[in-house]
Amino acid sequence: MNITLHEILIFSAALFFIGVYGFLTRRNMITMLMAVELMLNSVNINFIAFNKYLWNHQLDGVFFTLFIIAIAAAEAAVAIAIIIHVYRHFKSIDAEDAVELKN
Amino acid sequence: MKEWIFYLLMAMSLISGAMAVTSIKIFRAAIYLLFSLIGIAFIYLMLGFEFVFAVQVIVYVGGIVVLIIFSIFLTQQSGTELPEPSRGRKIASMLAAITGFGFFASLLMAHHFQGTTQHAIEPEVNTIGTQLLNIHETGLALPFEIISILLLAAMIGCIVIAIKKEAKAV
Repeated sequence: MNITLHEILIFSAALFFIGVYGFLTRRNMITMLMAVELMLNSVNINFIAFNKYLWNHQLDGVFFTLFIIAIAAAEAAVAIAIIIHVYRHFKSIDAEDAVELKN
Repeated sequence: MKEWIFYLLMAMSLISGAMAVTSIKIFRAAIYLLFSLIGIAFIYLMLGFEFVFAVQVIVYVGGIVVLIIFSIFLTQQSGTELPEPSRGRKIASMLAAITGFGFFASLLMAHHFQGTTQHAIEPEVNTIGTQLLNIHETGLALPFEIISILLLAAMIGCIVIAIKKEAKAV
């Protein structure tokens, strides 16, 4: 296969900055969580690509990816529990509405 | 042939990722995120990591996206449109993302990667499982157990946070 490492890294960087753009523009908590998931996935692609192209006598990148996926699942579950609680309290999941500590 | 499939998957992930962060309807954003994650899963498959492909499909596509869709149904009427972000915020975010990407890409293009020359091993499920549950020098049994406890703690924490409290006595 003639895909170079640089192409995959550029792809994952583009995906990461799409996630950054989403995180900065969105104000709804669930869509911000989606942007974070995109960023985590681009990091996973980096680990897998480095494992494949530069470090293929061991499987360290695979283990990092597996652990990141497990932690991302825990993070998403806790985040959604918090979002549901915030919704009950403020009747909204807009990040601008949850301002109880501000004043 | 294989390259074209690869480029197609990359384009699919990027385009649906971009749609996921810009779509006005939140439910559509979740579906676009689903397609982006499926594209990434197939990229793992094309690179030869079948186990990571399976984990990605099971955990992300089957777990996290379904969780997100459920929380969308719980917290807002599907079909309601999100407010469009203000133009100033859009431009500033676009500028930040493009600057970051340009910086990263220029650094990446200038760098030459030096790979290992040792004998390659196949990422088989057997090898992964043996090393993951091994208590010897390169084994990862301790992190594996810590992850298990983390998942248990996250599960209990979710229940405690999201549980509905009894109406307080007045």
